[in-house]
Amino acid sequence: MDQDIVQRVKSDPNYRKLKETRSRFGWTLTWAMMIVYYGFTLLVAFNKEFMGTRIGEGVMTWGIPLGLFVILFTVLITGIYVRRANKEYDDLTDAIRAKVGA
Amino acid sequence: MMARNFKHCGAALMALLAVSGIAQAAPDLGQAAQQATNWTAIGMFAAFVVLTLFITKWAAAKTRSASDFYTAGGGITGFQNGLAIAGDFMSAASFLGISAAVFLDGFDGLIYAIGFLVGWPVITFLMAERLRNLGRFTFADVASYRFAQKPIRVFAASGTLVVVLFYLIAQMVGAGQLIKLLFGLEYWIAVVIVGILMMVYVLFGGMTATTWVQIIKAVLLLSGASFMAFSVLAQYDFSPEKLFRTATEVHAKGDSIMGPGSFIKDPISAISFGMALMFGTAGLPHILMRFFTVPSAKEARKSVLWATTWIGYFYILTFIIGFGAIVLVGTNPAFKDAAGALLGGNNMAAVHLAKAVGGDVFLGFISAVAFATILAVVAGLTLSGASAVSHDLYATVIKKGNATSANELKVSKITTIALGFIAVLLGIAFEKQNVAFMVSLAFAIAASANFPVLFMSVLWKDCTTRGATVGGFLGLATAVILTILSKSVWVDVLGHGAAIFPYASPAIFSMAVGFFGIWIFSITDKGPRAQIDRAGFEAQEVRAETGIGASGASGH
Repeated sequence: MDQDIVQRVKSDPNYRKLKETRSRFGWTLTWAMMIVYYGFTLLVAFNKEFMGTRIGEGVMTWGIPLGLFVILFTVLITGIYVRRANKEYDDLTDAIRAKVGA
Repeated sequence: MMARNFKHCGAALMALLAVSGIAQAAPDLGQAAQQATNWTAIGMFAAFVVLTLFITKWAAAKTRSASDFYTAGGGITGFQNGLAIAGDFMSAASFLGISAAVFLDGFDGLIYAIGFLVGWPVITFLMAERLRNLGRFTFADVASYRFAQKPIRVFAASGTLVVVLFYLIAQMVGAGQLIKLLFGLEYWIAVVIVGILMMVYVLFGGMTATTWVQIIKAVLLLSGASFMAFSVLAQYDFSPEKLFRTATEVHAKGDSIMGPGSFIKDPISAISFGMALMFGTAGLPHILMRFFTVPSAKEARKSVLWATTWIGYFYILTFIIGFGAIVLVGTNPAFKDAAGALLGGNNMAAVHLAKAVGGDVFLGFISAVAFATILAVVAGLTLSGASAVSHDLYATVIKKGNATSANELKVSKITTIALGFIAVLLGIAFEKQNVAFMVSLAFAIAASANFPVLFMSVLWKDCTTRGATVGGFLGLATAVILTILSKSVWVDVLGHGAAIFPYASPAIFSMAVGFFGIWIFSITDKGPRAQIDRAGFEAQEVRAETGIGASGASGH
């Protein structure tokens, strides 16, 4: 890619906006995923009693809904990112492309 | 029997990881007589083979250039690719292994399943679109974008081939054992059949055929597993509470199956193992390659969302299937031998459940799907190994970028044949070996070598050729050495008394070595090449963020 296009893209305010918002959003969600997953793992490692404690009258324990929650959370958080990216970020990208004529 | 089950499941986290679980049960299989030839299963598998061969014929007509071969010409949609990625991930092993883990220990099986899933969001947020925007055929295209080609390509091809080889051996050994049991065929025949069919798909149909085989298998596996989970729940009025209560009443471990058991021993092993799964997923070459088969970053994102959805759904199903096996298989003497152990070993829990809920025909269906699953995964691995040799080593390193598409295609086909032979020979050679460590080693290497290089080259401005190459090799070596010193090789394979490396997975250490190596060998790099490397970051970043300049990437 020639340096001229690179510089033109870099000076485009839309590019800065795209880079910054996407990076912040991506890292926020990454940390959220890490906290949920490693939180779950550490809970299993350090507090087995709690995970095996029954919630109510039945045999259901805290561990099972928490585990299923991690699975659903994983799918949901991916969906949230993809939804925003496929709309907002792609619009910004198209605007940048149109401006530099690439 | 209880004690043995307990040892089996506690043996290592790896034991049930992927097909390795099947291999772990190898001694059991050896003692059990080969099963009677199962014609229903063979018939259904034959139907699958005929269908996939027709698809291969159709795909062959579309596979003319190297781009067609590697990436199906970039013409796969996000939805299709998502299914194919899910197919790559839902191996026979995760199906049989995770449901067996749930059957044995209940809740602990859920911990495995979650570990396999959590890498996907990270890939989505940090890697998927950048990969798509920067790469063409292999992840080395991305890692070497602004670097000196030769060292990075040699590293990436090594990382790819090592991961592919360990993964392949584990799959081949698993295939042999599983098919001997399910179909009543001899071990070596099963391995040869897998080898030949896989070569046919990849050789003639390239990525198009490999993807469609994977999609069909994913649909069959998801349907079969859905039916099993549905049938189990239907017997308990769709009340999980009833299912769980019955399970705690009949399971030898009683209430303890509803909470964590012996699976997580120490926090370091737990975190390390989780890191290997989470970041290893983002460094598996046959998965990364799939991001180049879609036409745009948008489709790349859609693929991961679909893949994550299907894989998450699938793991919830395996959890229900495992509990179903506890209540319907564990209580039925017809599925047990004289000593009270499960026929064919614990990994057969889901297979026996298929018979319990759907009779012989459905058992045949699930057996055929399990065979198809191994076949599809093996084909994807081989294609990925072949592209590392033909695209990274031959076209870029040896021919310095001047190879014609036709020659490159020829080399990938020769490599495919070579890999097919190697896979069959190693599969037969390792028949009696304990290969439980191989899949987890593949994940650890992917997390400690491929992932750090990819991550740092794309996101860190000051990364240099020297840093990426040296750091990558250090991560790879550390993962291999620590695995050899850990229980799964040092004790279980080499027969020494106690393991030198005490944890279940090397990832937490080997990833640190990989990242630290890249950092230290980059910042101390003052050579002329280092300046070119750093100067190239700007242009790389613009393309990674916007895809400008990548329009030709899909070969259209």
